[in-house]
Amino acid sequence: MDNAIEANALGKRHGRRWALADCTLTVPAGQVVGLVGPNGAGKTTLLELAVGLLRPTTGTITVRQRAGFVAQGAPVYAGLSVADHLRMGQALSTRWEAGLARRLVDAACLDPRQRAGRLSGGQRAHLALALAVAKRPGLLVLDEPTANLDPLARREFLDSVARAVSAAAESTTVLFSSHLVADLERTCGYLIVLAGGQVRLAGPVDALLAGSAHCQSLDDLVVSYLREVPR
Amino acid sequence: MTWLAWRQSRAQITIAVAAVLVVAVVAFASGRADTSVRLWLSVLVVVLPGLLGVFWGAPLVAGELESGSFRLAWTQDVSRLRWLALRLAVSGLAAMAVAGLASWLVTWWARPLDRARLDQFGSFDSRDIVPAGYAAFAFALGVLLGILLRRTVPAMAATLVVFTPTRLAFHLLARPYLLPPVTEALPLNPSTTGYGSSGFLPLVPAPSLQPAAPGLPDAWITSITIVNGKGGALTSTELASACPDIGRGRGSGGPASSSGHVQVPQSVVNATHDCVARIAATYHEAVTYQPASRYWPLQWYELGLFLAAALLLAAASAWRVGKIG
Repeated sequence: MDNAIEANALGKRHGRRWALADCTLTVPAGQVVGLVGPNGAGKTTLLELAVGLLRPTTGTITVRQRAGFVAQGAPVYAGLSVADHLRMGQALSTRWEAGLARRLVDAACLDPRQRAGRLSGGQRAHLALALAVAKRPGLLVLDEPTANLDPLARREFLDSVARAVSAAAESTTVLFSSHLVADLERTCGYLIVLAGGQVRLAGPVDALLAGSAHCQSLDDLVVSYLREVPR
Repeated sequence: MTWLAWRQSRAQITIAVAAVLVVAVVAFASGRADTSVRLWLSVLVVVLPGLLGVFWGAPLVAGELESGSFRLAWTQDVSRLRWLALRLAVSGLAAMAVAGLASWLVTWWARPLDRARLDQFGSFDSRDIVPAGYAAFAFALGVLLGILLRRTVPAMAATLVVFTPTRLAFHLLARPYLLPPVTEALPLNPSTTGYGSSGFLPLVPAPSLQPAAPGLPDAWITSITIVNGKGGALTSTELASACPDIGRGRGSGGPASSSGHVQVPQSVVNATHDCVARIAATYHEAVTYQPASRYWPLQWYELGLFLAAALLLAAASAWRVGKIG
């Protein structure tokens, strides 16, 4: 199986603190991969290294596919309308499906004339997702996309990600982070647990659950690994 | 991508152009003979580049870094360098155009008064083409400081704090020497040379002989000194030995007139005249100036230097943006 991302002894220092240290991992291509870990585990750092917003302090990270990215908090331009954002996506993209972008925005019931600064957190997340998906990336990276969403909006958003991925002609890799295991359980086939700047557990969800006799759910499994991390 | 850069700056460019046009309409409607309007318009053109640096330059990247939208802009298929280049080009050229438009309108409006004054260098930095260069420089400076400080408001303050002294220092220390000044030697004229000093408290220099400015219409006289044949300046010791009584008996000729001037007694005038005539045997008046014909070469020169500095700042911005992360 091909890998979408390969990180080798990857480390990133912010000032004096190592957000990520000696991190070696692979993200398999064509899967929905969940990245879970407590706050401050280095999830955002890892994802921003993957999309080129950050550069490694040590080690290497290789990304084999063109990435679409939704950053934490789904930043958009407050002064630009929804339609302006779609036009921006087109202007900044080498491969853009305008029809898909419009369908995603319609499905989320976004008014094209609405200024993005007036959207709710959930609407903003949908707009940012539409921008990332319509450029038809081979790798879709979502950083805590469901944080700050209420349970209903969270469910709608995850469904929308699943639909967008299944609608893609070729296989898309999705890498998304969350500190809620429940989010990942529904959608992910592969899990990476990150804590203290290092990978604690990685593998297909089925295999992870099968290999652990005393854990009933993915949640139990993740928590049991996180308990072993020195605080 | 050019569309995005324009879309993001459209509102502020429209507002700035409209404001300049409104000021122009008001100025032309009020007639072209009011010297206080001339002063205000000149101040506007002098201040405008700094404002463009503060309100357009500083927030350009700092605003994106602060709001997090750079994470959206810099993860598309367009490299962040290209993104920066286009944003710099669109907003930077707009800043130059706004300052240039304001300067052109004010130059046009003030032409009759400027011609009457014959002091083109007195309004050098609020006329013609140099304001566009200042605007480009202030804008690029604001962008770079925004990238370095990563926060909008501190970057705006820093832009003002760096730009203003830079402009002043250039005006005082560089502009007089952009082209080698012309020096002319004139005989010291006892009839038009006075004695005294002028300045602002507490920086009033010691009193000395003050030769009158020669008639050089529209020229920029940068210094007038009294020197001997070897180029040595007249010292206060030499002045005191040649004219021991100079500066005594002032102001005793009568009450001050309504304008605050005091009539100097004729005896003091005569003594000063004789003193200057004695000194004129060995000393002459040396005038350093930029002739009137150098106005346009100096305008182009200064514009070119500020544009070059703006390009250097833009290159530094590109380098720093590449380093972020």
